[in-house]
Parts: sequence; C-alpha cells; structure tokens
Amino acid sequence: MAVTETVPRSEALPITIRRVTKTYGQVFALDHVDLDVKSGEFLTLLGPSGSGKTTLLMALAGFTRPDHGSVSFGDTEVVRMPPHKRDVGMVFQNYALFPHMTVAANVAFPLKLRKVAKAEARERAERALETVQLGGYGERQIDQLSGGQRQRVALARAIVFEPRILLMDEPLSALDKKLREHMQIELRHLHEQLGMTTVYVTHDQREALTMSDRIAVINHGRLMQLDEPRRLYDRPANRFVADFIGEGTFLPVELSNGSAAYAGTPLKLAEAVNETAAQELLLRPERLSVLAGAAEPEVNVFAGKVKELVFQGESFLMYAALADGAEVAVRGATNRDVMERIPAVGADVHLGLHRDDTVLVAAGED
Amino acid sequence: MAVADFAPGAVAEPQDEPHATGLRDDAFRERMAMLGLCSPALLLVLVVLVSPVAWLFWLSFLANDGSLSLEHYERMIASKSYARIFWTTFQVSTLTTMLCILIGYPLAYFLSQLPPRAAAICLITVLLPFWTSLLVRTYAWLVLLQRKGLLNNWAIELGLWDEPVKLVHNMTGTLIGMTHIMLPFLVLPVYGAMKSIDRDYLKAASNLGASPVSAFWQVFFPLSLPGLFAGALIVFVLCLGFFVTPVVLGGGKVIMVSMRITDNIELFFNWGAASALGVVLLALTMGTLYAASRLLRLDRILGEGNG
Repeated sequence: MAVTETVPRSEALPITIRRVTKTYGQVFALDHVDLDVKSGEFLTLLGPSGSGKTTLLMALAGFTRPDHGSVSFGDTEVVRMPPHKRDVGMVFQNYALFPHMTVAANVAFPLKLRKVAKAEARERAERALETVQLGGYGERQIDQLSGGQRQRVALARAIVFEPRILLMDEPLSALDKKLREHMQIELRHLHEQLGMTTVYVTHDQREALTMSDRIAVINHGRLMQLDEPRRLYDRPANRFVADFIGEGTFLPVELSNGSAAYAGTPLKLAEAVNETAAQELLLRPERLSVLAGAAEPEVNVFAGKVKELVFQGESFLMYAALADGAEVAVRGATNRDVMERIPAVGADVHLGLHRDDTVLVAAGED
Repeated sequence: MAVADFAPGAVAEPQDEPHATGLRDDAFRERMAMLGLCSPALLLVLVVLVSPVAWLFWLSFLANDGSLSLEHYERMIASKSYARIFWTTFQVSTLTTMLCILIGYPLAYFLSQLPPRAAAICLITVLLPFWTSLLVRTYAWLVLLQRKGLLNNWAIELGLWDEPVKLVHNMTGTLIGMTHIMLPFLVLPVYGAMKSIDRDYLKAASNLGASPVSAFWQVFFPLSLPGLFAGALIVFVLCLGFFVTPVVLGGGKVIMVSMRITDNIELFFNWGAASALGVVLLALTMGTLYAASRLLRLDRILGEGNG
C-alpha cells in the first residue's frame, strides 16, 4: 500500500458566539445565542427546519449579518468581516462546485486566489483530492461525478487552503442512506486526522449522534441544550430535546418532597428531582423491557396490556396500554428468549425500566 | 431465464409469446397515427419554409435568358462593389453586436440583481420597443439625430460642440439605430442565463476567498457566457439581413446586402441576381452559426485545460 500524502493537520481555532441575534420581521431566527465551540471540536447544530441552525452557520461564514452580537475566531472579532476575508472552509448543501471548472481547478480555486504558485497549487490540490480519496480525478468535469464524489470534491476544496475552521451545511442530505452512513464515519475520521474546528449543521439526529463531539440542539433560534451525544440522549434537558432526539413517550408524574410518583407508585430515579418546574417521565421504547418474572429491586415496573405487536426484522415494536390508558411503545431485539417472553395481543404485560434510565424532563417546553 | 421458468421447454413457440404480432402491429399503427397528426405541421414547414428557399436557390442559377448558368455568382466574385457590400454588412453586424454586448450585458446584470417585481417592470421597459413599429422607431432616431435634430440643438446650446455634427445618414446613425433595435435580443438571453446562475456559486467563491470583483469575473461571468454567446449570435445573424434601419439612417452611404437585393428586384428586375445574393447571405449566416457552434465547443475544451 502506498502511503498517500494528505493535507497537513491544521492548528484549530475556538469559536466564541455571544448574544448573536437575527430577526426577520417579528420572528427571531436567532435569539441571543451564546455558544462556545472548543478548539478542534466537532460540534453539530441540530434542529428542525426553520430552527435557526443554518442562520447561525451562515452568520459564522459571514453570509448572514446579525442584528447584533459578537462572533470571534480565536481572539479575532469577525462579526463585521466580509466572508472572503474570514478564511473558513465551507461545504455547501448542494456543494456549489463551479460547473465551468474541472475538479482540479475547483479545488485549486482558493489557492489561486491566495496567489499560491501554480505548481504548488496543483500539488496541494492533488493532495487534498487524495485526502478525500479522489486522487487522479483532477481532470474530470464536475458533471461527470456522482453525488458522493461531488461531496468529496466540495470537501477537498474546503480544506485545501488549510482553514482552521470548517463549516458544513447538511453536506450529506443529498446522498442515499448507505452512502450517507459511510460518509458520516469518513468525515469523522477526516476530522480526527485534520483537527480543524468543525461546525456541522444537520436536522438528522442520528447523523448528529454518530459524528459529533458535542451537539447543540436549537429550536426557535434558541439553544435548547449543548452536550455530548450520550448525555443528550440519556439526560435531555427538556421535553423538546427528548422528543427531537430519539423516540419517547411522556407520562405525567406527581412531585412531592424530592420524589416523583407515577399513578401512585413512587419511582426510582436516576437523578434527584428538580422541583422548580413541572416534570414528565420519559420512556424510551428501547429502554423498556418485557419482564418475565419478578422485577429486580432497581427496576420500575409498569403494568399494562399488549395492544399491538409489530415484527420489524432486527427489532420488534410493541404498543402497550398502561392502567390509566396511556399508550407506550416498547422496542427490543428479536432474539429468541425475548420473543418467547412476549405475551400475545390482549394479554397482560409487565414492563421494566431500570433506575438509570428513569429520567424526568421539564414538561411542556417545545 | 425468467421466461424459461414460466414456460419450461419450448421457447420459440408462438404460444410462449402471446400477442407478439398484435402488439407489434399496435406499435406500428401508433407510429403511423403520430405521423398523421404531425403531417399538417410538416406540410406547413414544407410549403412556407422549404419550398421558397428551394425556389430561391433554383432562380439563382438561371441566367436572364432562362438558361442554367453561374453568371450571377461570377459577377459577385468579379465585381468589387459586391465585396464592399459584403464587407459593410459584416462590419455593421459586428459593430452592432459589440455595442449591444457593451450596453446589454451590464443592463442584463442590473436586471438580474433586482428584486423580482422591479425586474419585471424593468424587463417590460426593455421589451416595450418591440411593441412599437420598427419604422416609427427608426424615424424617431432620424428626428433625434439629424442636423437640426434634438440632439444637435441641445448639444450646441449646452456648448458641447459648435457646429451640427453629422450623426445620421452615415455609419454612426446606422449603428445607433440598429443597436437600439437589437438590444432586447441580447438582453433577454443574457438575463435568462444570469437568472439561472445559482447564488450559492457566488457564496462559495466568496467563502473560498474571492473578493466581489474576482467572484464576478471568475465565476459569474464565465457562467453567463452561454447566454451572452446566444444573444450575440441572434443579434449578429439578424443584423446580416437587416434592411429598414440602414436604409433610413444610412442615407445611402451604408449599403448592406439586403439593400442590394431590393435594388436588383425593384430597379433591375433581376430575380436571378437577387436570388444569388440571398443564397450567399444564407450561406454566410449558416457559416456563422456553424462557426459559432464550433467555437462554443472549443471554448468548452479550453475551459477544461485552464483553471
């Protein structure tokens, strides 16, 4: 195997965002956003469409002018700096590869603008193409490339001038599922290799969980939660985050004296109750299990009846009605002992939820 | 393979290909029906377009006494005046096209950057001249440009020049008038090409470090070129056969091929000579179109090479 040369590791810059606000008429696209992106971090802005995540990314790139606020790259305040002076790499959603240039000319374009000598520019462009595993594709026309290849060229063009910050606006949304999942891992590896501070925008929660060091969940132009993927999933700060990331059913709970109860039964909780706000119990389908016999002491038990059972190949999905009529979903692997334990539709079922998975979230926030 | 599964053994027997003949017939009948539906249009093209050109072609090879001859073409080669006329035609067409590019490209760019409503209003003003008579517009220029016309009077009053300047009945007047009339033909395709350029290309250029000026020249301009070529070609080809404006504003000093054709028919009743000119003009136009199409392809090839 030949050792391919790649784009050298760059020295990353942190990004500091303070009170950045952008309104369109009466609507806040960004509502006093404070966010710190650590140096060298892969941070994902995750949110539904219209949440303001793209507006925030565009404000970092310089294409959206905020009403007020501060954006700094390292120690440099950039909020009033025009885009072409910011020196950040960016991958656009539709790639925006110049159709009148070859692959090599596209990738060398930022170098040409930076007055890099022709021979060196050619060499560096080829190296960037090798980094994205497209070595030798330089002479191709853009319209001769597949979607995945275009994606790689766009990436090569964004990293060839060794920017210290890389921005990506849903770069994988145009690819089919299989290629998308492959590219997620590849982008992740590339980030580890290049080390530049990366801000990634997506509305796909699975993609965000797969790729990110940290995820900033955004809704209505506000930061809902900033956390590592695992923590975001296991300990969502509010109902919006819990609902947006993963699946879940929410049950009302009664709070009293630092403990919570559902339908009169006290719950064993992962963390102490925050009694300042109304709380709901989050039930994630895959964290519920179908109990065969007596429950272990650390497990909360919910009794109900099986309403519907769906076989989905690698997993099954069960809908059960609890005593008070609330419907909860249960998902599990279809290995033999589990399948044997599952009661028939209409039969009674006992569902178990481990204390560590028993999480309350602030109610009503969305 | 799948067929064999359905009918093991006999592959070639008709009962294994049910309705094969019938389906083939249906396909044939459908094609014939399509042809039948097209025939009125085909007939129209034949009668209105093909036959006059064929007739023209035929006439150009007939001598005045009705015998087959090449004399009209021979005269064109022998006589210097014909060469001059073709040269003038070429010159007027080229200059008009260049003026249209110089005025029309910035205008189209301006229009393409306007918000949709304003762009629609401005486009209507660009198109407005189309709805008034060509002759009226041409005479309007005569009024504006003549010795005692508006332009000369104002310029003298303002002290720009002392003597009336000869702005009409010459090449200047012809070019002014033709540029005005041809402008929409250039603006529309260029505007269309510009509108179809994705704004993200410019954002990408800017993100990669291009100042607004270099983003324009390195990304926007090259992407608008197909529209510019199309517009320039339309203008050039239309100019080659233009008649009214050079007659009125050229004052007999700018003689184009179309005017000589008229002379041949109206003054000399020489249909053969007129037809020969028509054929040569047609050939020149076709040649221009062919050259342009080659040039565009060449441009693509060159585009691959440089960065």
